[in-house]
Amino acid sequence: MHEYSLVRAMADRVEQEARERGATAISRVAVRIGSMSGVEPELFASAFTLCREGILAGAELEIRRSEAAWGCPACAAPIRAGAVLRCPACGTSAKLLSGDEIILEQIEMEVP
Amino acid sequence: MCDTCGCGDPNLVSVEVHDKILSVNDRTAAHNREHFVEGGVFAVNLMGSPGAGKTAVLEATARALGGKGRIGAIAGDLETERDADRLRAAGVPAVAITTGSACHLDAEMVHKSLHDFPWRDLDYLFVENVGNLVCPAIYDLGQAVNVVALSVTEGEDKPLKYPVMFRKADLVLLTKVDLLPHLDFRVEEVMDALARTMPQPEVLRLAARTGEGIPEWIAWLSGRRSAQPRPAAGRAHPRHHHP
Repeated sequence: MHEYSLVRAMADRVEQEARERGATAISRVAVRIGSMSGVEPELFASAFTLCREGILAGAELEIRRSEAAWGCPACAAPIRAGAVLRCPACGTSAKLLSGDEIILEQIEMEVP
Repeated sequence: MCDTCGCGDPNLVSVEVHDKILSVNDRTAAHNREHFVEGGVFAVNLMGSPGAGKTAVLEATARALGGKGRIGAIAGDLETERDADRLRAAGVPAVAITTGSACHLDAEMVHKSLHDFPWRDLDYLFVENVGNLVCPAIYDLGQAVNVVALSVTEGEDKPLKYPVMFRKADLVLLTKVDLLPHLDFRVEEVMDALARTMPQPEVLRLAARTGEGIPEWIAWLSGRRSAQPRPAAGRAHPRHHHP
């Protein structure tokens, strides 16, 4: 389970941002996790509860999900997830357009 | 204090970040990659399930290369130095990373292990990742290529079950093919699964025990190595504390 180390890395980043802005508490953290990222949102959420201490003690976690979307980089034809990853129109190898995100998007903090 | 009514409540400030959570790992990986390119070392991140035959592939690679290429290995495992011991016995300089409970290697672990290892003398550095088809896929280590060992005893549908790992693979080594006559494994089925998970499916059939496929594997490595960018002359990476 690598979700704990991801949450730890995220918490470090959030704490750094809070220090720079003189925040006293974090109220919400929003992350985006893609279905092709290799991260299990439920495991990420339960790992987060273990990191809720200090400035993160009262923080809520919002997980925004995104689905895998494949397309042809040459002619822009969409390619269905689960299909052979080659453009049926021009034969070019498919490209993952979204769905691999593991991104810290937004932090809501209390600044006195 | 609250700007609206002066009630003494703190202001809620929303900060847009849009930062990759693994950005620290990615920076270390980029640093490792710079070292490898500068040192003329071709780094391979070798992944696969426990028991897929990763160590056996490296032993067979060492036998086949003989003196024609200098190889070394960093072997990651939860516990024990057994893989590194096996590789050293096969004549491959190897260092072990025991991760304890971590299910994958990260760029920092690889970076630290380079300090105790004469990697600059190598042509090929193999990083044998922790046996696992999930976690290692998301950590960039600074490698030139990702290679996934998939054994014919694992079942044809593994790529569909672990698409993240196979999407990132530059090459899949279908290992233990000498066992095919004893199994119901259908090669065309795994090829179809790989075509649905790898944008540019490249597969080599290999048997470490008999040596089948090893020449093709070595040719693949050598081709990819010669395509690696050459170190820029006069732009040496700062040497900080590396040996």
